[in-house]
Amino acid sequence: MSDPQALDTFSGADAADLATTETGERQRKPRSLWGDAWIQLRRKPMFYISGVIIVVVALMAAVPDLFTSRPADFNNLDFASQPPSASAWFGYSFQGYDIWARAVHGARATLLVGIFATLITVLIGSLMGIIAGFYGRFVDAFLSRFGDIFAGLPFVLGAIVILTTFNPPGSEPSGTAILVQVILSISVLSWPVSMRIMRSATIVAKQLDYVKAARALGASTRRIIFRHMLPNTVAPVLVYATIALGAFIAVEATLAYLGIGVRPPVVSWGVMINDGKDYVQNSPHELLFPAGLVTITVLAFVMLGDAVRDALDPKSR
Amino acid sequence: MGRYLLRRLLQFVPVFLGTTFIVYTLVWAVPGDPFAGKCGERQCPETFISLMTDRYGLNDPLVVQYFTYLGKVVSGNLGETFSGVSISEQLLNSAPITVRLAIVALLIQIVIGVVAGVMTGIRGRGFLDNLVLVSTLLLISLPTFVTGSVLQILLGVEWGIIDPTVSPEATWGELIVPGFVLGAISMAYVTRLTRTSIAENRRADYVRTAIAKGQPTRRVVFVHLLRNSAIPVVTFLGTDLGSLMGGAIVTEGVFNINGIGGLIFRNIAEKEGVMVTTIVTLLVLVYLLMSLAVDLLYAVLDPRIRYE
Repeated sequence: MSDPQALDTFSGADAADLATTETGERQRKPRSLWGDAWIQLRRKPMFYISGVIIVVVALMAAVPDLFTSRPADFNNLDFASQPPSASAWFGYSFQGYDIWARAVHGARATLLVGIFATLITVLIGSLMGIIAGFYGRFVDAFLSRFGDIFAGLPFVLGAIVILTTFNPPGSEPSGTAILVQVILSISVLSWPVSMRIMRSATIVAKQLDYVKAARALGASTRRIIFRHMLPNTVAPVLVYATIALGAFIAVEATLAYLGIGVRPPVVSWGVMINDGKDYVQNSPHELLFPAGLVTITVLAFVMLGDAVRDALDPKSR
Repeated sequence: MGRYLLRRLLQFVPVFLGTTFIVYTLVWAVPGDPFAGKCGERQCPETFISLMTDRYGLNDPLVVQYFTYLGKVVSGNLGETFSGVSISEQLLNSAPITVRLAIVALLIQIVIGVVAGVMTGIRGRGFLDNLVLVSTLLLISLPTFVTGSVLQILLGVEWGIIDPTVSPEATWGELIVPGFVLGAISMAYVTRLTRTSIAENRRADYVRTAIAKGQPTRRVVFVHLLRNSAIPVVTFLGTDLGSLMGGAIVTEGVFNINGIGGLIFRNIAEKEGVMVTTIVTLLVLVYLLMSLAVDLLYAVLDPRIRYE
C-alpha cells in the first residue's frame, strides 16, 4: 500500500472499469469506525438532550456570571429557609444563602472533581490494562491481583477510610488540598475497572492479524501499542469514561453528604447538599434543588455514554 | 475442579495480605493521638498512656504491629478496642444487620430487576420498553442519599406508611424500604443487563428450534432463554453483594440503622486500627468469595464451561 509504483502498474483497464462503475453509483469513501459512529450519534435525540445539558453545566462552571449576578456567598439571614421565589429561583438556605446563585458557582468544583477523577482513573487504568494485556503471564497476574485489592475495597468505605485518616475530625484542610484528596481517593479506588476493560480489549486485539503484520514489519513494541492497538481498543474505555464522569459527580455529592468530601470554603453541589440535609424535614428545597442538579448532570453523562456505546457498537444497529 | 478451586483460594492470599496491610498502614501512618479525649476533660496521665502503649504494642515498628495483628486474626481472637470492648462482640452486633439489609436489597434487585428485564427483553420495542428504559436511566442517576431522603420524607413523614427511622432490632419488614433505596441503582443495572441479554438471545437458533418443535412459550422462556441469558446478570449480582454491604453506609445513615457503617465511622475517628482493618478485610473477603462463587456458577449455567 505504501508504494505508489505498485498501484500504478496495477491500474490497467480493470481499474478504469472499476472506477466508472463506482462513480456511476455515486462514489463513497469508506468511513472509519469513528466517522461511522459520529453519523450514528447525530441521529439520536438522546445525544442532543445530553449534549445541551452538559454544555449548560460546563458554561456554569466556566462563566457563572452568565447565570446569576449574585456571588456564591451572597447571604442574608433575614431570608433564612425561604421557599423559591422570583428573586431567588431555588429559594434560600437556612444560612440565608441564595441557593440558585450558590449552585451556579458550585458547578465548577463539582465538575472539576468529576473531570480530573475520570482523567486519572482512565489514564492509570488504561496504562495498567495495556501492560497487563500485552505482556500477559507474570505481569498480568501481578497487576490483576494488585487491582483486585482496590476493586475489592467497597467504594464508599474505602473513600471514608482514606479521607478521614488524612483529615481527622476537627482538622481544617485547605480548599485545594481537600479537592485533590477527593479526586485522588476516587481515582485510587476505581482504576481497576478501566484496567479490566482495557486488558480484555488488548488481549483480543493482540491476536488480530494487523498486530501480527505490524510486528512482522519490525515495528517496536511502543509503536504497536500506541499506533496500532490503542485506536482500536480505546472505544470501550471511552464509553466507560463518559458514564464514570457522571458517576463521580454523584460520588462527590455522596462524600460531601457524609461530611468527609469537599467542604467549605469550597462551594460545590455536594457541600450544598451537606448544608441542606439537616433541614430536610422542614424545608426540603435546600436539599432537593442541589440534589436535582446532581441528578440531571449525572443523567446527561449516562445518556451520552449510552448513545456513544450504541453508536460504536455495529451489532446494535 | 479441585485444583481450580485450590488455585483460586491461593490467589486470595496475596489480595488478603495486600488489603490488610494497606488499610492497617493507612490508619496508623497519619499522625494523631489515639488517646486524645479518652480520659474526659483532662489529659491522660503518663502512666496510663505508657501502660496502654505497652499493652497494644504501639511503640513497635509498624511491620511488627501488622504481623501481631495477622497472628490475632489467624488465632481467631481479635482482642479489644482501647476502651476494652471486645472487637468480635461489636462486629457480631452490627454485621448481621448490614448483611440483612444487603440481602433485602439483593432480593429486591433480583425480583424487580429480572422480571422487568425479561418482560422488556422479550416484547422488544414498545411503550413498556421505553418506560423501563427511562426509569432505569433515572434510577441510575439518582444518588442513594437522594432516593433515601425523598422516600423517607414521603413515606415516613408525609404519608406515615413507614417509620422514618428503623428500630435497633431492624426486623426484615422494617428493612424493605431501606433495602429498596440501597438496591435501587443496582436494580436498574440488573434490569438493563437482563434486557440486553434476553434480547440478544431471543433471536438465537436454539430458541427458534425450541419454538419450532412446539414447546410452550413458558418453557422456552424459563428453561431455554433465561438460563442462557443468566451469565452476565449472575456476574453482576454476585460481585454486587460486597459493594452493597460497603455502600450500605449511606442508607444506614439516612434511616438511622445500627450497622457496619456507623461502626466504621466511629472507629476511624478513634484510630481503632484493628477494628477498621477487620471490617474492611471482611468486606473484601465477601467480594472475593462471591466472585469465586459466580465463577463456579458459570459451570452450572453453561455445561460447556469446565474448570481444570
